[in-house]
Amino acid sequence: MQYLLMIYDAEKLWTTMPEAERNALMGEYMKFSQDIRASKHMVAGDALQPTHTATTVRVRDGKTTTTDGPFAETREQLGGYFLIEAKDLDEATMIAAKIPSARFGSIEVRPVVRY
Amino acid sequence: MLTRALAEVFRAERPRVLATTIRATNGDFDLAEEVVQDAFAEAIARWPVEGAPAEPRAWLIAVARHKAIDAIRRRIKLRAIVAAVDPGEAFADEPVAVPDDRLRLMFTCCHPALARETQVAMTLRTLAGLTTEEIARAFLTSTEAMAQRIVRAKAKITAAGIPYEVPEAGQLPARLDAVMAVVYLVFNEGYAATAGDAWIRRDLCAEAIRLARLLVELVPGTSEPRGLLALLLLHDARRDARVDAAGDLVLLEEQDRARWDRAAIAEALALVPLALGGDAASGPGAYAIQAAIAALHAQAARAEDTDWPQIAALFGELHARQPTAIVALNRAVAIAMAHGPAAGLDLVDALRAELDTYHLLHAARADLLRRLGRPAEAAAAYREALRHVGSSPERRFLERRLAAVA
Repeated sequence: MQYLLMIYDAEKLWTTMPEAERNALMGEYMKFSQDIRASKHMVAGDALQPTHTATTVRVRDGKTTTTDGPFAETREQLGGYFLIEAKDLDEATMIAAKIPSARFGSIEVRPVVRY
Repeated sequence: MLTRALAEVFRAERPRVLATTIRATNGDFDLAEEVVQDAFAEAIARWPVEGAPAEPRAWLIAVARHKAIDAIRRRIKLRAIVAAVDPGEAFADEPVAVPDDRLRLMFTCCHPALARETQVAMTLRTLAGLTTEEIARAFLTSTEAMAQRIVRAKAKITAAGIPYEVPEAGQLPARLDAVMAVVYLVFNEGYAATAGDAWIRRDLCAEAIRLARLLVELVPGTSEPRGLLALLLLHDARRDARVDAAGDLVLLEEQDRARWDRAAIAEALALVPLALGGDAASGPGAYAIQAAIAALHAQAARAEDTDWPQIAALFGELHARQPTAIVALNRAVAIAMAHGPAAGLDLVDALRAELDTYHLLHAARADLLRRLGRPAEAAAAYREALRHVGSSPERRFLERRLAAVA
């Protein structure tokens, strides 16, 4: 099965943390990506630009409105994702628990619909 | 064969037949429930005519499995079935020794990806065989809401890929804790509340004990299920003595001990030493310690014979594992019984800030003040307890106590 692991954490934490700490965390992310690539679980994965770069689009009655910012203001923001292949939910949650942000943010695990 | 005898076979065998059929349908709970129902219907039609099979369980599983295969064949292409099911395991022909899949079923129903209330509902529906109406009645909710909860749970199990497996060794202790928590919750739901349908509540306690027994049988290598079973048996043994004819609660020390169920107590007492032996790495668990405390109460012929120093020591052990204020309060009360009310009062007072809205803290203080010959302070503490009490039998009890000191 495929699962989308959505990484939510506080953007502010990344911008306010000392550089050495941020570099160490980036290193952990690099290692995590390499590991799940090597174990053949990785399908895709990316980090996202911060929410101040986000644009929200809606179409109502045929009219498109474009607004600045994310859909909702929340304490934690979607900062990146991994799309993985896993045997079942237990394997997916085990992989999710290894994502560095799981220690201070949260990872939402969503199965991908297969048609 | 009599229909009643058949009904008993079905009730006893349904969880096991269902558990194995769910494996054969690759985790499709709905299909499994449907074909198990059909297999039972076929048994009702055929057994009275042809005679009951030598192995009713194997017969039922084989019939349910064949019906499941037929249904899957009708539903999807044959090629997809071959991919979906493991033919070696699930489709071995007419096994004489039927595998026991109830443990898988337990772990799947109590998977942490399901909400705790959903875990309880799924366990009662599949393993205890309660109807959706019965579960709804037990939890004071509508049948529609409970049905919806169960439908959603089955959908999540399939869509999210919750495995139909016993967890690997590394995850087993934590997952077993979740299963035991569900069993304990089912029991408490039947035991603690005084509202609701008395029959269904008694049934919940019986089902919880049955499930605890099943855990002891299926996870023989661990000791905590034994502790859980012993604890439930000991509580249940006192069921008839803890409420009087008027529906009022009777305190442990005032219960008619002749009304305790001696057979249940004997069974539990045999389990407690095994449970307390613990598992090599972790020592005795919380259920084992609580069972040991309940066992000391059960062994006292009269309330005044209770081994309070030992109980106080066990609450100390429990507190080391579960450092909560409630456990500390219980320990304080036991110390008061063992070493006098003054020693207990200091400990209870230390918990006041944390448990200020908990009526039992004030009730315990009141009782200790009463025993210390300080009736005015005792009355004030009873009044404080009455401000926070919820259920009416407890309220009536506190009012009687207040009247006695005021």
